[in-house]
Amino acid sequence: MDMDYTATQSGFTQYPKLRMRNTSKDGTDPSQLFDDTSAAPGVEPAGFPGQGVGAMGYPGQTLLSDPVSNLAMAYGSSLASQGKDLVDKNLDRFLPISKLKYYFAVDTVYVGKKLGLLVFPYMHQNWEVSYQQDTPVAPRFDINAPDLYIPAMGFITYILVSGLALGTQNRFTPEILGMQASSALVWLIMEVLAVLLSLYLVTVNTDLTTIDLVAFSGYKYVGMIVGVVAGLLFGRTGYYLTLLWCCISIFIFMIRTLRLKLLSEAAAQGVLIHGARNQLRMYLTMSIAAAQPIFMYWLTYHLVG
Amino acid sequence: LYLSSKSNMAFTLYSLIQAVILCVNAVAVLHEERFLSKIGWGVDQSIGGFGDEPGIKVQLMNLVRSVRTVMRVPLIAVNSVCIVLLLLFG
Repeated sequence: MDMDYTATQSGFTQYPKLRMRNTSKDGTDPSQLFDDTSAAPGVEPAGFPGQGVGAMGYPGQTLLSDPVSNLAMAYGSSLASQGKDLVDKNLDRFLPISKLKYYFAVDTVYVGKKLGLLVFPYMHQNWEVSYQQDTPVAPRFDINAPDLYIPAMGFITYILVSGLALGTQNRFTPEILGMQASSALVWLIMEVLAVLLSLYLVTVNTDLTTIDLVAFSGYKYVGMIVGVVAGLLFGRTGYYLTLLWCCISIFIFMIRTLRLKLLSEAAAQGVLIHGARNQLRMYLTMSIAAAQPIFMYWLTYHLVG
Repeated sequence: LYLSSKSNMAFTLYSLIQAVILCVNAVAVLHEERFLSKIGWGVDQSIGGFGDEPGIKVQLMNLVRSVRTVMRVPLIAVNSVCIVLLLLFG
């Protein structure tokens, strides 16, 4: 390869070196490069790909400086897309990104309705999650589907509100925000691990995923925020009353939601089935639901002085 | 009524990792012959009853056995790293 690229543009001194290394490795790489550039827009907009490949055989010698920059850009973009594919493939093994996207497919109407349901679940009749050909419908279309938007926002708002509450008591330092955040995160992780362990021990065949459990555990932050804000506005009595209301609401919400997922079909309809297994499952549901108010109190009582 | 702001025992992610490592170590040191069989939690006592209903004790025994099998080698590495870090940084 001749090196009269330096005469063209000064910004591309690295690319010729890359091209030289690449073409010295094996003979198939240059053809792949040329395939990419023939498909890249801006070089052959009309689209005679065969002729384009033939004409682009040795670009540095016959064509102008513009195809060199296009070549470099196409090479860089192909490299970037290869790297992106590699990263996506490896990241997908640890963090199921596509599944996470499902949990964030929410809109304003859903968020509003869900927040209302979290503090007032008594009027809602139908708690079933609707499915669409074996996959659950996105939360945008079904209010009963769990999502991760509300728990994530609730967690962040809880940390901010706790900073605010500590600030009103002149106990605020910037380190406390980090401490509160990691503390709440640790409690969340422990709760999810405990629920996972108990689900494994009771051999419940359910389609609850770990992310579903994280979502359900994160719904209590809404009640906590409401309680702490009421405590800031109305003092301790306001805090206790609002917290009591929110605790009962989240208890009913969790029982009604988990009942359909954990218990067997008949038991979920309300028919009392006596059997050690169903009893165990009922106890499990009740204890998961009862853990929520306990955590809600535990994580907020030191904020309202 | 001045409450300490650290009344949640100041959990950090690091303390959670420490607790998890300690618990897994505790499960890994349970010896099969000397201890588990003596209290009726051995491997041979968990197979049986192929109904649809394993029961909590069988599930626990399976969990203990699988943790011991899976985590034996990684625990060596994790414990070594922990020891080195604690020696260096206290």
